[in-house]
Amino acid sequence: MAERSFKSEVKKLTAGKGEVFTGEGILAVTKGLLQSGVAYVGGYQGSPISHLMDVFADANDLLASLGVHFEASASEATAAAMLAASVNYPLRGAVTWKSVVGTNVASDALSNVASGGVTGGALIIVGEDYGEGSSIMQERTHAFAMKSQMWLLDPRPNLTSLVDAVEQGFRLSEASNTPVMLQMRVRSCHMTGSFIAKDNVRPAMTVGEAAAAPVRDTQRIVLPPANFLHEVEKIEQRWPAGIAYVRDNKLNEWFGQDSETPEIGIIVQGGLYNNLNRAMELLGLADAYGASRIAVYCLNVAYPLIPEEVSAFCAGKQAVLVVEEGQPEFIEHELNTLVRRADLQTRIVGKDMLPRSGEYSAAVIRDGLGKFLRAYAPHLAPPETKPDPLPREVAMEIPQRPAGFCTGCPERPVFAAMKLVEKELGPTHVSADIGCHLFSILPPFDIGNTTMGYGLGTAGASAFKPKDKRAIAVMGDGGFWHNGLTSGIGNAVFNKDDTVTLIIDNGYSAATGGQDILSSRADNPERVTKNPIAKAVQGVGAKWVKLVERTYDVAKMRDLLREAMTSPEKGPKVIVAQSECMLNKQRRVKREQGKVLAAGGRVVRERFGVDSDTCTGDHACIRLSGCPSLTIKSNPDPLRQDPVTHVENSCVGCGLCGENAHAAILCPSFYRARIVSNPTGWEKFRQGWRARIVGWMQARDDRARMARAF
Amino acid sequence: MTEKKRIAIAILALGGQGGGVLAEWIQHVAREAGWLAQGTSVPGVAQRTGSTVYYVELARAGADGRLPVMAQMPMPGDVDVVVASELMETGRAVLRGFSTAGKTTLIGSTHRIYAISEKQVAGDGRGNGDKILAAARERSARFIGFDMEAATERTHSVISAIMFGALAGSGALPFPREAFEAAIHHSGKAVKSNLAGFAEGFARAQGEIAMPREEEHEIPTPTTTMGKVLAARAQAGLPDAALANALHGLAKLMDYQDADYAALYLDRLERIAALDRAPFYLTQEAARHLALWMAYEDTIRVADLKVRAARFERVRDEVKVKDGQVLTVTEFMHPRLQEVAESLPGWLGRRVMGSVWLDRALSKGRHVETTSLRWFIALRLVAMGRGWRRSTLRYADEQGRIEAWLDRAQKAARTDLARAAEIIRAQRLIKGYGDTFDRGLERFAAIMAQADGGAGADALRAARETLLMAA
Repeated sequence: MAERSFKSEVKKLTAGKGEVFTGEGILAVTKGLLQSGVAYVGGYQGSPISHLMDVFADANDLLASLGVHFEASASEATAAAMLAASVNYPLRGAVTWKSVVGTNVASDALSNVASGGVTGGALIIVGEDYGEGSSIMQERTHAFAMKSQMWLLDPRPNLTSLVDAVEQGFRLSEASNTPVMLQMRVRSCHMTGSFIAKDNVRPAMTVGEAAAAPVRDTQRIVLPPANFLHEVEKIEQRWPAGIAYVRDNKLNEWFGQDSETPEIGIIVQGGLYNNLNRAMELLGLADAYGASRIAVYCLNVAYPLIPEEVSAFCAGKQAVLVVEEGQPEFIEHELNTLVRRADLQTRIVGKDMLPRSGEYSAAVIRDGLGKFLRAYAPHLAPPETKPDPLPREVAMEIPQRPAGFCTGCPERPVFAAMKLVEKELGPTHVSADIGCHLFSILPPFDIGNTTMGYGLGTAGASAFKPKDKRAIAVMGDGGFWHNGLTSGIGNAVFNKDDTVTLIIDNGYSAATGGQDILSSRADNPERVTKNPIAKAVQGVGAKWVKLVERTYDVAKMRDLLREAMTSPEKGPKVIVAQSECMLNKQRRVKREQGKVLAAGGRVVRERFGVDSDTCTGDHACIRLSGCPSLTIKSNPDPLRQDPVTHVENSCVGCGLCGENAHAAILCPSFYRARIVSNPTGWEKFRQGWRARIVGWMQARDDRARMARAF
Repeated sequence: MTEKKRIAIAILALGGQGGGVLAEWIQHVAREAGWLAQGTSVPGVAQRTGSTVYYVELARAGADGRLPVMAQMPMPGDVDVVVASELMETGRAVLRGFSTAGKTTLIGSTHRIYAISEKQVAGDGRGNGDKILAAARERSARFIGFDMEAATERTHSVISAIMFGALAGSGALPFPREAFEAAIHHSGKAVKSNLAGFAEGFARAQGEIAMPREEEHEIPTPTTTMGKVLAARAQAGLPDAALANALHGLAKLMDYQDADYAALYLDRLERIAALDRAPFYLTQEAARHLALWMAYEDTIRVADLKVRAARFERVRDEVKVKDGQVLTVTEFMHPRLQEVAESLPGWLGRRVMGSVWLDRALSKGRHVETTSLRWFIALRLVAMGRGWRRSTLRYADEQGRIEAWLDRAQKAARTDLARAAEIIRAQRLIKGYGDTFDRGLERFAAIMAQADGGAGADALRAARETLLMAA
């Protein structure tokens, strides 16, 4: 079960012709798939398209009624390979993942499907994680489209355009026998809006029907001589067919008038159109509805470019500004080639006016456009404005807020234990992985030297064959099943690597929104779960495998880690650290407890606290935790100046503070409060007489203290 | 209000504060009133405790039915309303240029949620909120600021409901109060508490800018004969500037030990005061740090504080125990052999110090359930060690260190009062228990070594500040 339930949103997916659909971009794209008669869907979760997977997982009944097959793929490579179903059969298929990282993983299968070509429409929906809020390297999916010659759609960011792009994408794919990528930009995925729905369409052929009547065509398999034939096909048939479809169906758009300023124009990626229009509006060059005083050529198809359209737009213009986010500037390069070939004298202006890197927000485009106008159309240029940033001494007070482990996260104690072992044995090379556990590289833990990709923690440590000090690799359960079992553990066993691998088994693909995976411990009627990681690890030949069933036991984690680091045994040492993702656990437990409480049942709540009169405000506990609920407050002692540690009521009582206090011999200020609602008769009775006796002693002590007080 | 064609709203919140819910409510209100509404946010790791910007744009369709082209991010200089869930997020809105003088209605909570960089340092790493408030006032058309966390607590609500109420109460949006409340009803979740929070936010938006209430420290007045005698002595022998700290110090030490111990404090303080002159910073600081050091945290003190009635009451309060609920409190104690031996009468402590079996017995942390009779009595017995504290090894050690420190300060005071004050202030580095305490002592010793090497006041201050800001 994912973090967020889409059960209510799924109802929107049944909207019929003419109904207004209001919702998120991701949901609109999902609806677009159903309206297009998609036969199968697969993918791998990851921001910003996690919710697309979650919506499909929650829409099981609807998909079954339409005869659509959905799979939560094991990896992006698995998902891409699924597109094989569209090679021989007129099946429309869609797959989705986070890009550029997912596309990296998928690219073997993508190259194969792009080489042989498709019969049914194949749509690859990539969540382009670029710009503010991104968690990955800043690269462009554009490069993959170019190298494999797949078409890349980058529609204007409004729901109608997004849904159109889905529908057109399938048709374009079929018209040119080429897989099509649909780029969903981060801000479009969760953008809300409306569009007019159409009826859902059952696929013309279901995957079951296709399997029942197999078709074989060796010409579609990448093996000599067909692979050479594919290259020729790509250039001589599929490319021209694609160009013709884009041109004839006017997938790219023209806006604005060029009567006022015929000498200049703007070419913009579809996904940036709204930002461009806002920039122009604020410069008085467009209205709020897109009527602009400068001609705009909007590339809803970012690849390939349409030579006739480009020369028609550029002809007679002195200069054209290309608004193209990211680098290298593939579109700008291609445009230069095209105007050269068309023998036009138009200057293509792009990265010399706009920044080479970073997100093209409306403010960035406004500044770049201003520069462009000053150079090529000074009569339209805005006056230069001086920025008025917040003075440094004020800005300095505003702290960064790096991402961190959630309140009560079971991964935190693992790193607290690592910190303690580091204190004993000195620093070690730590190869990190992708997942929540990567937050260990940030304060307060500051653990981790590199990360090489999802599931590649152990592989990232494989060069280290030290004599005395072993490297530690961290891997999450998500990455483990994605590929870590073979690329990491299998590799370490085979090569006799001596590294220590810590597998964090929290029961979900937690960082992407808590989706179930093979080793999840929850029952899932649609999937097979409860396959232990330890068994898989042993299955590929690892001998030293230890299980910690409660990561919060810091002392045990520390001792086991020390043992793994110092054990004379050869070969990989694998520690599987198990405790449920707290975000998911709380969601489950709170609901259960709410029901018990409502029925008058006994419920125990635990939380921690700090005695502010014994806390001396050193914050050593915070440096071993970083829990959001473990914070500071002004010191109640009028003489002390440093803030005391304080536990907020959001504490879920995970126990780490107490375990740390013991394992690291911190301080006696922590206490655990156990609060029983609707206690039993015995509990009430015991509480009663304890309170009386303790109260009597306390009253005596108070009197004595008052007598000697100030 | 004049009818606007477009309203741009930026919401700055931390992951888990319900910024998304707030954005949905706003869109619902606008759509019901016939506006077009678009919301965007950046998902991903930022939502795991990081700060997140949600953006909502409300617009009207053109007269000819043309649809507006909506932006996907707040554009600096073009944002009408900013709602921020915390003081530094309010600052961040200003820093990023979302709030513009003469244009933006800036609604921000004035409470703090400290960032890890502020929390993890050994001293006080908190950002300066006053500078943020000043910037918020300057760089907005109107700043509505109050403690939304306290408002949330008062109404048993969530902060998103308070923000929604404040937004409605600000009058920045052209919708009536009922339209906002209808959105809460429509969402159907926790309607009653959300409406209560909404009403509170709405009301507070009409009020003055207010910071969270800080506890005030009243200067203690003596209640006993001995207290009065010592207070009179302090008043007579100490400069006014040092009096508040000294009275706090006297109260602390009489609570810690007894009147004689407090008198020893005054003896020491008077020695310092004799060397000081206006504005008497040295004595003022010595009154603070000497009291803190003399009330060092030994096991006797910790046990004493843990078993008090007032402490039991404070815990009940802090963890919000309601009538009819049963509370048990467990301490996590890990006294090392050294600390146990140091709290025993000297003759016993010295004999115990080398005990192997006791060392082994103390190698594990203890779960001390103070609310149980057994542990309560055990802790109370430890607290009774106050009676023999003067004979403990720790007492001798601490008094020796204190005297050496005061001697150094007195020597310095004869030539350079500022340098003496810095020697006194170095006591701030001594804190914590166990390893933390040892490390604090080492840091203190390092500063003392610098002082002995002739370092001036500025160098000593810089060294101390660096150590306090270290993680």
